[in-house]
Amino acid sequence: MKRRDFVQLSGLGLGGLMLPVSLFGNPVSAEALLEVPLTNTQKKSLADVALNTAKAGGATYADVRIGRYLNQFISTREKRVQGITSTESFGVGIRVIAKGTWGFAATNEVTTDGIKKATERALAIAKANSKFQKEPVKLAPVPAYGEVVWNTPIVKNAFEVPVSEKADLLLAANAAALSNGASFVNSNLFQVNEQKYFASTDGSYIDQDIHRIWPTFTVSVTDRASGKFKSRDAMSAPMGLGYEYMIPKAEDKLQTPMGMVLYRNSYDMIEDAATAAKQAREMISAKSVEPGKYDLVLEPNHLGLTIHESVGHPLELDRILGYEANYAGTSFASIEKLKSGNFNYGSKQVNIFADKTQPGSLGAVGYDDEGVKCKRWDLIKDGVLVNFQAIRDQVHMLGQNESHGCCYAQGWNDVQFQRMPNVSLAPGKEPYSAAQMIKDVEKGIYIAGRGSYSIDQQRYNFQFGGTVFYEIKNGEVVGMLNDVAYQSNTQEFWNSCVKICDEKDYRMFGSFFDGKGQPSQVSAVSHGSSTSRFNGVNVINTGRTI
Amino acid sequence: MPIMSKDEAQALLKKVLSYSKADECEVNLNGNDSGNIRYARNAVSTSGRISQHQLVVSSAFGKKLGVATINEFDDASLKKVVERSEELAKLAPENPEYVPFLGPQTFAESKMYVPATAAITPKLRSDLVEQSIKVAKDAGAEAAGFLEDNVGFSAMMNSKGLFAYNTSTNTNFSVTVRTKDGTGSGYATRGYNDVTKLDTRKATLVAADKAVKSVKARAIEPGKYTVILEPAAVAVLLENIFFRLDARQADEGRSFLSKAGGGTRLGEKLVDERVNIYSDPLNPELPTSTWSGDGRPQEKISWIEKGVIKNLSYSRYWAEKKGVKAVPGPDAAIMEGGTKSLEELIAGTKKGVLVTRLWYIRDVDPQSLLLTGLTRDGTFYIENGKIQYPIKNFRFNESPIIMLNNLEEMGKVERTVSVESNQNYLLPPLKIRDFTFSSLSDAV
Repeated sequence: MKRRDFVQLSGLGLGGLMLPVSLFGNPVSAEALLEVPLTNTQKKSLADVALNTAKAGGATYADVRIGRYLNQFISTREKRVQGITSTESFGVGIRVIAKGTWGFAATNEVTTDGIKKATERALAIAKANSKFQKEPVKLAPVPAYGEVVWNTPIVKNAFEVPVSEKADLLLAANAAALSNGASFVNSNLFQVNEQKYFASTDGSYIDQDIHRIWPTFTVSVTDRASGKFKSRDAMSAPMGLGYEYMIPKAEDKLQTPMGMVLYRNSYDMIEDAATAAKQAREMISAKSVEPGKYDLVLEPNHLGLTIHESVGHPLELDRILGYEANYAGTSFASIEKLKSGNFNYGSKQVNIFADKTQPGSLGAVGYDDEGVKCKRWDLIKDGVLVNFQAIRDQVHMLGQNESHGCCYAQGWNDVQFQRMPNVSLAPGKEPYSAAQMIKDVEKGIYIAGRGSYSIDQQRYNFQFGGTVFYEIKNGEVVGMLNDVAYQSNTQEFWNSCVKICDEKDYRMFGSFFDGKGQPSQVSAVSHGSSTSRFNGVNVINTGRTI
Repeated sequence: MPIMSKDEAQALLKKVLSYSKADECEVNLNGNDSGNIRYARNAVSTSGRISQHQLVVSSAFGKKLGVATINEFDDASLKKVVERSEELAKLAPENPEYVPFLGPQTFAESKMYVPATAAITPKLRSDLVEQSIKVAKDAGAEAAGFLEDNVGFSAMMNSKGLFAYNTSTNTNFSVTVRTKDGTGSGYATRGYNDVTKLDTRKATLVAADKAVKSVKARAIEPGKYTVILEPAAVAVLLENIFFRLDARQADEGRSFLSKAGGGTRLGEKLVDERVNIYSDPLNPELPTSTWSGDGRPQEKISWIEKGVIKNLSYSRYWAEKKGVKAVPGPDAAIMEGGTKSLEELIAGTKKGVLVTRLWYIRDVDPQSLLLTGLTRDGTFYIENGKIQYPIKNFRFNESPIIMLNNLEEMGKVERTVSVESNQNYLLPPLKIRDFTFSSLSDAV
């Protein structure tokens, strides 16, 4: 998603009409989301039309994705509902290889005739673009899986929960914020259901039903006398779960030494909104940070974004090869660094893995969007770079012959390409809690939640803010801080990692709208970690007066 | 079928309204046909063409509003979409901020449509890309780029007699040229309504020249420097002002335009007195729509005049509450400049840094509008009026408001594209003193 779209979406004063509808699909009634337009038998016979047309037209490979993408977005502000939008996008995307070149076409005419015509368009594009092709596309082999099904293991389908119940929960969270001193509060609930049917000439027919959910809010406090304003965002994470995430469970709550509660696989939105208002109020008069070197204690809902930007993106093979050079950029990581077998990405404590099967994660699917069965693999082992993320047509450039299964398209009408899988930091092996970690720090800052983030186009230099900051002195949390951002360099930062909490502290951060490509496509991805300590990181003061 | 004539659109909208039983009904209609080619490593990687159209019906009963959308235009579908919006309106909670639809308005004829762009062919797209790739190949370098073009129309009509229609075309092009060893990188971007103005060869020559000249960049100490920001770098900083002109946010005390003690900074001098920023839908170099999505006329309006905040944008609800004119936010912005070329600005600089492009711009503090990001694809050290050598990229932490107070000089205005938002603007290159670079980056 382009940043401006996100600003509009998350912005204040958002009305139903302001929604960038094209981003999601056509608005429909909430009930219409539960309809089933086509059976799998019908989808299979339509998919075969595409595959047969492609083969007859000279394609050496073809895949077809019949997709129904459902979204529901509820937005509120203080005491009122601002917008309830349900959207549906239904159609078919066909990708072929002809004359050694990719061609893609899509249509919302999901009929024999519509699919035949779209396949012919994809063939024509492939043949026309072959004049630019330097070498023919080479695909890593995949087994024929036959007819298979995979569903996100949800407990409660969010689309079956009445809209009024969901809106009431958001309004209750707003009320909790307002009664605890918030001046303003905006809350939102995003729900996604991807119903995807994939078939390819390799002999797979894969039906998947995928669910994601994201409750979030921004609580603001204004101080009219000083003209200051501060805001605190939700400590929730977008998850690959159903509505069960919205029902708080005691075992998913983690108490912190600051009194704030953090959440694992279920979320207490009302409790968090009340805490947010108190924290935002405290920020108005909190101390401004003294710049310098600090030991940072980074909470998973913060550290996840740092992992995303400084490990997830630089290890995407298409970036490394230059396919994203004009937009997202390239990478400091290279095939030479990987093959050296001794590129010291981080300290010995650092083990980072990619995993498309992690339960509850945003990236969890059974098969990717080119029919590859998903798996887990290591990216950084004992601090050393050991692998990248690659898909069928590029993995051979690493000398590997099996795709990592991380191909994705945001919709039926977008062409699939390499997207980041869940990339997570393995927890420490010895028992160690966040409270103990804080006790061991002499001069440090505890940072929770996502904030401002920026990194260069090769992923060396980054600057991150956070949602809340607390100063640690001689093992004690002494108070809240303002104006904190840390700057570092990827390799230096991961080598400064000295300690990682154990698996009891492990939980996931998520990015719901991660943008990549031109035209830009969004994808959703999770990053798990336990609270971790990084020594001697450069902290700057971001306070300015205008 | 996506591009409808004014008469066709009017007839369709009238038909939709004839099915309405609501107190008020408003219908928005739009369609577009867009094409793109993406390339990298001197070869095409993807290309696509998308045609779509959409009809949005808003029905209101009292203060209850329902919205429904459809992309099929047969009579049964049109009836269905009107009925569905009416059902949704009846089920909706009352919106205390509902403002009745506008009556008839007068709109100027928009100038956004250029027939040559509407008539673009796959061959022309392919030729434009081929010309770009050839430049990179000739320079022994590698190009990655993106070309997209769009032709579209929008129309709206409501039960109070308002009707609006316009057509538009545009094309955006960007290219990054990198040396084969990856030690040099250059960038250029262009945006036009008229594709015949697009010279991909010339733009790629600029990018290739920067790529070759940026090899062997030297590290200089971060700190405060005089900078010359090319228009593409200016765009990504200043648009953070353009997007945040909303009066309600300022009135509510949560904007950089909020004032201590309450109220807004409207009428206050916030930046250098040479700064004049306005929007003008009829500017021949950057035409935009003459009406906003809710039927308000878009007119020429000054946002910052002689450094003073001159106007803020208002939703119709907030304007009514405040008793002021409901000025819609701008579709694009124009900053007045000077007469000097970029080369002349460089020639007049004793010591400074030339910035081609800025990247990954994010808010750090909405209170001061402090932004962070990095230089990219061509950063050079200037001494005694000449570019001396390429330098390593920097991270900056700077507020566009502070920056416009440190204005030294402005060059000639040109049309440019924001890499963050894809919006087009008319902006001058700016020479700014004391621009804050806070750390070095090894990225090329």
